[in-house]
Amino acid sequence: MGSVTATSPTQLIQARIAPQPAPQLRVDKVTLQYKTPSGSTFTALEQVSFEVPDQQFAVLVGPSGCGKSSLLYLTAGLAEPTSGEIYVGGQQVDGPGADRGMVFQGYTLFPWLTVRKNIEFGLKRRGVPAAERKETVEHYLNEVGLLRFADNYSKQLSGGMMQRVAIARALANDPQILLMDEPFGALDSQTRLHMQQLLLKVWEHSKKTVLFVTHDIDEAILLGDRIFVMGARPGRIKEVLDVPIGRPRNLDMVMDPDFIRMKRNIFHLLHDGPEDDH
Amino acid sequence: MSKRNSWLNRCLTPKTGLPIQVVWSASALAWGLLIGLWAFLSYGGVVPAMFLPTPGAVFDAALRLARDGTLGPHVWASVEVVMIGFVISSLVAVPIGLLMGSFRVVQAFLEPLVNFIRYLPVTSFVPLFILWIGIGLEQRVSIIIFGVFFQQLVMIADVSKGISKDLINASYTLGSSRADAVLHVIAPASLPGVLDTLRVTMGWAWTYLVVAELVAASSGLGYLSLKAMRGFQVDVIFLAIAVIGLLGLITDQLFRFLRLKVAAWAQ
Repeated sequence: MGSVTATSPTQLIQARIAPQPAPQLRVDKVTLQYKTPSGSTFTALEQVSFEVPDQQFAVLVGPSGCGKSSLLYLTAGLAEPTSGEIYVGGQQVDGPGADRGMVFQGYTLFPWLTVRKNIEFGLKRRGVPAAERKETVEHYLNEVGLLRFADNYSKQLSGGMMQRVAIARALANDPQILLMDEPFGALDSQTRLHMQQLLLKVWEHSKKTVLFVTHDIDEAILLGDRIFVMGARPGRIKEVLDVPIGRPRNLDMVMDPDFIRMKRNIFHLLHDGPEDDH
Repeated sequence: MSKRNSWLNRCLTPKTGLPIQVVWSASALAWGLLIGLWAFLSYGGVVPAMFLPTPGAVFDAALRLARDGTLGPHVWASVEVVMIGFVISSLVAVPIGLLMGSFRVVQAFLEPLVNFIRYLPVTSFVPLFILWIGIGLEQRVSIIIFGVFFQQLVMIADVSKGISKDLINASYTLGSSRADAVLHVIAPASLPGVLDTLRVTMGWAWTYLVVAELVAASSGLGYLSLKAMRGFQVDVIFLAIAVIGLLGLITDQLFRFLRLKVAAWAQ
């Protein structure tokens, strides 16, 4: 496992430049095809390869239909590639497991469980002792600022709160990688900004390897260490960009010249060229 | 109060809430109209007392049968049969229905057979059941099970089929096994729908009970009604119908209460 002990932002950047012993996530020549109802074959992903080192926040950005969500489902083991392999922590992905936590685009809280029990769900399935469960749940309730709502059911929560629970629930399991599928896509812009700040804070504390999918360029730059810009038909990685902004980050950075330059760069990557289709 | 907010205006606006007094008044009005019409037709002599008893006569019959101790055992006999039949049917239908909605292979195995049996009129099996089982309690219980079970199965399968795949996927990424997904996601997520199904099918259980009691029984409200017909005691027939309706209303309210208690999260 490519465990990196770097803590400061500069060290992280150096760690990325330095040769990695083994990446936390390795996607190796993954192709995903399926039959459309009309009988033709649709290539969602073609020969996609990339790596994400330990403790890196990686973002997949691209137009709809570029297969970015499919890549997450494949990594989670919820779907199977037509060819190619995916390794997480050196282990080949073969079906879903608690080592790959996921936050979904839609709300997936278990409505019959309270916030506390939702966060506890994965710990229970893995047979974690009660005392340790309680401690972990309290810790993550505090991290996402929902201690006051611990005993509420999901119908009493706002969309932003539900996604906070979903993040806490995934992190409580201490996965090797956190997969996030446009988790803030359904939220209003104000809530979305709050959630991005919260995620930055939580991530600074946990330094979990993250693979984050979005179609929002600002969100990609604000959160990510490295951005994979994808193209559609067939889905593939067009460009790999490192974000030249240190951490900790905050919302003011969207005015930073580096930020704006990068935003323009990604915008052109997504919207120019003959294969422009969305 | 502005015109837009007057209760009359609200009554005529689709999908608009009303003050509780108005709601209760509307319900009371329906009962008032029904009983009023009944009183008019019977007390007014429009329909002969031989065919339509007065409300007072039915009330007297209730007091008479309650006092001489015949009503209680008949009510209990019916309640007992409904409960036994309904509980046995539900205990088997709920788990199998959940599996049927969750596993394509269980569905493929059972669905064609169940849909065939489901459309057979239960009443057509009454002679066969009398021949096989006799005319005891077991026969009436069997008819209720036969009438309710297959409907429950299909309805509960639909409930569990409707569970979002995202919830199941989320549980997998949290470390659930497939058995965990059935026990800890599909089963609890289905609970409100299962309770709704039980509530609806409980009504059908009462229907089949009376069918069974009319044909072959020596106790129960259906039997009481049949015996009253032979003696031209139309007031007792009305009493039996009213008691069945009342018991139905009580069980329905019990199920509503149960759903509020155990599945409050889904309200």
